[in-house]
Amino acid sequence: MSADIETLRRRSELLRAARNFFYRQQFIEIESPVRIPANAPEEYIEAIPAGGEFLRTSPELALKVLLSRGAERIFEIGSAFRAGEFGSRHREEFTILEYYAVGWDYRRLARFTARLAAQLARRVTGGCEVLWRGRKLDFSRSEFITVDEAYRRYAGVSAFDADADGSFDELMVTKVEPQLGGEGLTFLIDYPASRASLSRRRADDPRVAERWELYAAGVELGNAFGELTDPVEQRERFRAAAEFRAGQGMLAYPEAEEFFAALERGIPDSSGCALGFDRLAMLLLGADDIGAVRL
Amino acid sequence: MYNASDLKKGLKIEIDGAPWVITEFEFCKPGKGTALYRCRMKNMITGIGMEKTYRPTDKIGEPKIEEKEMYYSYFDGSHYIFSDPNTYEEVSVAPEVLGKRTYFLQENSLCNFVLYNDEPIDITLPTFIEKEIVETEPGARGDTATNVMKPAKIDNGYEFQVPLFINQGDVVRIDTRTGEYAERVSKA
Repeated sequence: MSADIETLRRRSELLRAARNFFYRQQFIEIESPVRIPANAPEEYIEAIPAGGEFLRTSPELALKVLLSRGAERIFEIGSAFRAGEFGSRHREEFTILEYYAVGWDYRRLARFTARLAAQLARRVTGGCEVLWRGRKLDFSRSEFITVDEAYRRYAGVSAFDADADGSFDELMVTKVEPQLGGEGLTFLIDYPASRASLSRRRADDPRVAERWELYAAGVELGNAFGELTDPVEQRERFRAAAEFRAGQGMLAYPEAEEFFAALERGIPDSSGCALGFDRLAMLLLGADDIGAVRL
Repeated sequence: MYNASDLKKGLKIEIDGAPWVITEFEFCKPGKGTALYRCRMKNMITGIGMEKTYRPTDKIGEPKIEEKEMYYSYFDGSHYIFSDPNTYEEVSVAPEVLGKRTYFLQENSLCNFVLYNDEPIDITLPTFIEKEIVETEPGARGDTATNVMKPAKIDNGYEFQVPLFINQGDVVRIDTRTGEYAERVSKA
C-alpha cells in the first residue's frame, strides 16, 4: 500500500498549508540531522541503529538545543524512525511535525494546535467537517479533559490508581482512547507525573505533568509538553529510563551531551508539540491506514 | 509458542485448550506507552467471539491444526467414516459434528477437514450436490416464479423449500453450506 498521485497532491497541499501557518506566526523551519549520536532514552520507543549512531525517533533534542541558543519559534517537518512499530496507525518510518515556542505555556500551545488542525481541515475539505471511517468530526471544535477525569469517566478508575497497578496503557487503549475526539479535537491533558516524559510537573499540582495528547476519532495525533528545563531533574529521569531500557534489553544510547549542555546553559520556559503528520493526513484525506497517505 | 509480535489477522492460536482464529488485529501504542496487540478472535469450535489484548512479553499457544482432504466412505451405523486418499487412514465423525450436512454426504466425495489435535472440528463438503426430488406437490404449469416456495424431499428424507415449478423426478442442485435449493439441473 502506498499513496496514489492524487493523494500525494492533496498531502502536498496539507504540507504547504502547515508551513504557511507556521510562517505567518513567525516560526522558522529547521532541518536537523536525521542521524544523531543519541536519542532521548524512552521506556517504550526504540531507535534504529545507523552507522555507529542512531536514526532519530524525533527531532526533539536538536530543537531544544536551538531554544537554548536563542531560537524562539521553530518547527520541523521530517522523517522519524521507531523500530518495530507497524500497524494501521504506525510505520517504522513516519513524518513528524514538531514545533516549539518560547514563552508559551502548554495550554496556549494546545489552542494554537487546534487552530492549526482546523486550518488544515479547511484547506482539504473546504470546511471544518472531517469524515473518517463513517464518523463526522468538526475540527473547529476542541475540548480539554484531564487524564484523571477521562479514566474515571470511561474506565471507572482513577488514572493514578491505574498507573500504580500497571493497567494504565491497557485501559488507555481499550476504554479511554476510543472515546476521545468523538466530535472534534480532544486534548487529553495533565498526565500522572510518572508519565511526564520530558515535561515538567505542574507547580500547583505536582501529581501531574504539563503534558497533553491530541485526539480525534480516537486516533492519537500528537504529544506536547510544557518543557522540563531543570538539568538535574532531566538527568535523573534519563538515568531511570536508561536503567529500565537496560532491563528490557533495549539499545543503550551514549549521553546526549549537546542536550545537557543546552540545559546547563539554560533553555527558556517553552512548550513543544510533535504531531504525527501521516495520521493527520489519514484523517483529513479519509484514508483508513496511514500507508495510504505516504510512500 | 508464538510471540505477541507474531499476532496478525488469520493466525490460529490456542487459549486454555481451545483453538481460536484472529479475525481482527490492531497494533496499538498509546502515547509514550507500551506496545499492545489488540485482537478480536473466534473460537474455531463454538464460533463464540471475544476480544483480548496482549503485551509484548506475552507468549501465546500454538494449536496443532491440520487441514486436509478426506473422502467420505460409509456410515457404520453410528459414525460417518472418512478416509485419507493418500494413507487410507480412516477418521470417524460423530453425527453432531456434521449436523444437517449428513444429508449431503455422497460416497467418494472429497471433503475439506480441519483437525485440532487430530479431531475434526470443521468439515467442508463440496459446495453443491445434485439430488432427485422424490416427493413434492405437483408444480403449477407455466409458473416460473422463483420467489414462491413449497416443501420437497430427497431420497434420504431431507426436506427443504423449492420453487413452485419443481416436480417430482426433477434433479436439483442444493447448496451444502446452507442446505437450500440453488437451481434445477434437469426435468423429470
